[in-house]
Amino acid sequence: MTLVLANARLVDPEADAVRPGAVVMADDGTIAEIRADAPAGLPVFDCGGRHLGPGLVDVGVKTGEPGERHKESFRTAGEAAAAGGVTTIVARPDTEPAVDTPEALEYLRRRAAEASPVRVLATAALTCGRQGREMTEIGFLMDAGAVAFTDARPFANPRVLSRCLAYASGLGALVISHPQEAALTEGACMTSGQFASQLGLPGVSPLAERMGLERDLALVEATGARYHADQITTAAGLAVLARARAAGLKVTAGTSVHHLTLNLLDVGAYRTFFKLEPPLRAEEDRQAVVAALADGLIDVIGSFHTPQDEDAKRLPFEEAAAGAVGLETLLPAALQLYHAGDVSLPALWRALSLNPARLVGLDAGRLAPGRPADLVLFDPDRPFVLDRATLRSKSKNTPYDGRRMQGRVLATWVGGRRVFAADAATGAAR
Amino acid sequence: MFRHRHLLGVEPLARTDIEAILDLAEDYVALNRRPDKHGVALAGLTQINMFFESSTRTQASFELAGKRLGADVMNFGTAGSSIRKGETLIDTAMTLNAMHPDLLVVRHGASGAVALLAEKVNCAVVNAGDGRHEHPTQALLDALTIRRRKGRLQRLTVAICGDIAHSRVARSNLILLGKMENRLRVIAPPTLLPSGVDRMGVEVFEDMAAGLDGADVVMMLRLQRERMDGALVPSAREYYHRFGLDAAKLRAAKPDAIVMHPGPMNRGVEIDGLIADDINVSVIQEQVEMGVAVRMAVMDLLARNLRAAPETVMA
Repeated sequence: MTLVLANARLVDPEADAVRPGAVVMADDGTIAEIRADAPAGLPVFDCGGRHLGPGLVDVGVKTGEPGERHKESFRTAGEAAAAGGVTTIVARPDTEPAVDTPEALEYLRRRAAEASPVRVLATAALTCGRQGREMTEIGFLMDAGAVAFTDARPFANPRVLSRCLAYASGLGALVISHPQEAALTEGACMTSGQFASQLGLPGVSPLAERMGLERDLALVEATGARYHADQITTAAGLAVLARARAAGLKVTAGTSVHHLTLNLLDVGAYRTFFKLEPPLRAEEDRQAVVAALADGLIDVIGSFHTPQDEDAKRLPFEEAAAGAVGLETLLPAALQLYHAGDVSLPALWRALSLNPARLVGLDAGRLAPGRPADLVLFDPDRPFVLDRATLRSKSKNTPYDGRRMQGRVLATWVGGRRVFAADAATGAAR
Repeated sequence: MFRHRHLLGVEPLARTDIEAILDLAEDYVALNRRPDKHGVALAGLTQINMFFESSTRTQASFELAGKRLGADVMNFGTAGSSIRKGETLIDTAMTLNAMHPDLLVVRHGASGAVALLAEKVNCAVVNAGDGRHEHPTQALLDALTIRRRKGRLQRLTVAICGDIAHSRVARSNLILLGKMENRLRVIAPPTLLPSGVDRMGVEVFEDMAAGLDGADVVMMLRLQRERMDGALVPSAREYYHRFGLDAAKLRAAKPDAIVMHPGPMNRGVEIDGLIADDINVSVIQEQVEMGVAVRMAVMDLLARNLRAAPETVMA
């Protein structure tokens, strides 16, 4: 049924504008028309003057399937995504077993289609079992729908990586790297420095990122592969990226919303919900990453949603599992940067929606006729205190528990179908 | 007034807390030197020593301290226990907690593990060493030894030499001696210095002669075998040549300087056996004696707070 989302403030990342308007959704789940006001004679959903933007595309989400459904399923991850305004999940292959065969990928896509209310795209492992030794069937996996290839961990052997990049470039496959020097990161659970020393925790120098990225970019230059760095989190890494871009290398880079909004002091007294991979960085690094986002050096913000159950976190810091859930908190956390005056809403939407969509070849992230009607209605100003018990994810390991946040999702549409509506949404959204 | 519920580190202690512990420990030094060594401060209380990392001297010291004060002491080693069967630290703690101990003395290989455990139990917890983080009773016994030998615990130049990076003993000593307003130095090759050491309020030396110059107290640290094999220092013999304490290097320190070592020593690696055994400079045996007294004092004070009104004890 055609529906008009009227009386909205449209966040348009392409036009770099926020303006009043209406979106007409067609029967086939696409956007029919963007207008200044609602046309007569069509059913109308009153957005109440709230903000409406393209749905978020979250690259690098771990779901618990296959293997760890007690931590997260496609249903719970999808529900969390819908509530967070994420209309496309790009799933990571670091499952148990890893997604490294076309058969595993098919299973994943079937389960996702059955259970998830939002779109799910899949990435596949770059090497078998993510072991960094033999490459996967990149061609077959692309045929099966893999949008990118990643081991989602530091890559140890440059010779293997070089071959993988060369082979992938022949197929035009996108390789997503986790650019950390493996030998340096091994055994570390925190960024080195005074605070890590004070806590007595084994630390990794932030140089591990610079070295990993330098090596990767040298190989990208040699092979011509399509390359995306999943998370750049340090000033030293950003400097390498900036030099490569200036030299004309076509590579993209992302960062995590946690590294944009938290720093290593948040670990406090061994709080394991703040144990991430890569680890949280010093405040100077966080500020550098925020500045790089504003400059456009960082293309993509992701949540790097990593569900962990209580048992995996209720351990001494060194022994606890790394990672945080983030699908539901991605938008309110990212809006902190908007409220702080660091980035505009359209710029934030480029990093949360338009750029990640382009990266994985998805036709979303734009407010334009013919595009999928994947939309999020939100109030950027509404304050709340996050209670982790209210999260829809099966795992509740968020570092934002108890934090004052600003910005709530009111409703989410995927392909024109409403998949989420907040109880406290505008009258019409109920 | 010592108001702490646990002793998890030196960091939470105020100067007055440290002085209260050391003053009481003096009484126990005297008690321990008497033929009849029995006190009653812990009578009727149950003390469980949980050592997830093997230890001989620290565990023996805590056991003796508890027994001298009349506690029922149980040693809970981890070899062959359910820890090896995959039980988590918290489950083990909850299990022991159900047996109503009054004092838990815990050593664990992971930094922060003892504090994590303390959150889950009802009794008083003493940190007997957690990872690279803290070893508070060692720093307290070192402080007692220094105070007795030097007559004060302020305005001394203290040089700590060796594997600072991996040492909880160094960490706790730097915190304690810093709180007491001493001049602190660390001497080590860069591979054995913690990152961010330049922001810790200590002077850093890579040369023994310069670092020991004018020192009142020289603390040597144990170098673990696995760090000598070329990973962090090239060899034991080069380490001994550059950083091992011998009579020649010690000459840079003040003539009345004392030499300390937390034990167990590697003779000929970090310290010359002749120095270690020289009763004119070495206080290593005295440190062991002070260890028992300090642990008696700590457990006595914690036991008093177990009996005190809850609102007078800090969380």
